[in-house]
Amino acid sequence: MQKALVDPARLDAESAEWLQALAGAGPRREAALARLHERLLRIARREAARRGPRLAISGPELDDVAHQAAADALLAITAKIGQFRGDSRFTTWAYKFVIFEVSAKIGRHFWRHPVVPLGAEDWDRLPARFGFDPAQQAEWRDLLAALRRAVDSELTPRQREVFVAIVLNDVPLDTLVLSLASNRNAIYKMVFDARRKLRASLAANGYLPDDSSRR
Amino acid sequence: MNGWSVLDRFLRTDPRDAGCAEAMQMLHVYAELVASGAAAQQYPGIAAHLRACGPCGEDFEGLLAAVCDEAQ
Repeated sequence: MQKALVDPARLDAESAEWLQALAGAGPRREAALARLHERLLRIARREAARRGPRLAISGPELDDVAHQAAADALLAITAKIGQFRGDSRFTTWAYKFVIFEVSAKIGRHFWRHPVVPLGAEDWDRLPARFGFDPAQQAEWRDLLAALRRAVDSELTPRQREVFVAIVLNDVPLDTLVLSLASNRNAIYKMVFDARRKLRASLAANGYLPDDSSRR
Repeated sequence: MNGWSVLDRFLRTDPRDAGCAEAMQMLHVYAELVASGAAAQQYPGIAAHLRACGPCGEDFEGLLAAVCDEAQ
């Protein structure tokens, strides 16, 4: 375990107590680890339950996500405790790990059980993804045709692949991270650049208002 | 909200967007600021990012709920 480098005098009393207990040895440290795990599990369960209904995961599977997330978060926290700078309460810093673990485990679940094959490409899904009313197709048909042309002509093959997965197939970004062996920041940046290019193309062709006129 | 505005909002990007790496790095600090009601304007890039990035926004909501629950 890394040793915390932050000056305990800078911390609130509870955070200082956590750091001292976790840096120690014997029963005091074991008790602190058990207490922290209990809190992490409570938060993991609530977080998994909060996300569960939208993700069609429930029951024992959801509880399994929570248990794994709490266990892995505890390992990460003890391994990285030297990175705690005291810029928040210790528990807030620690809870961040368990929230990230729940995210990652749910992303992994979808990677193993995809609702739509990751490589599928059904452009008929596009209107519904943005909530366009089928009864008013005459109003938006040209816009979405222009969007599809821009996807094909303006994006790099990798940007196009990511756009299709996220927008057409509704693949969670964290699932795509696993599928492409990448990281959240890199995939987000790719989507960010794709959005910017597509909006510029649609604005240049008069389908959307020009950004400069709104700022 | 109709399809045009949903699409427009999805495609619109904020140049202040700090990206996932910085948001994830500072999420605990930002969540405490928001939970305490303190002004979080000192992190406009993170605020812009959390508005645009579904996964980071979701993580922020979860962490904020945990922090608020702890404070009660």
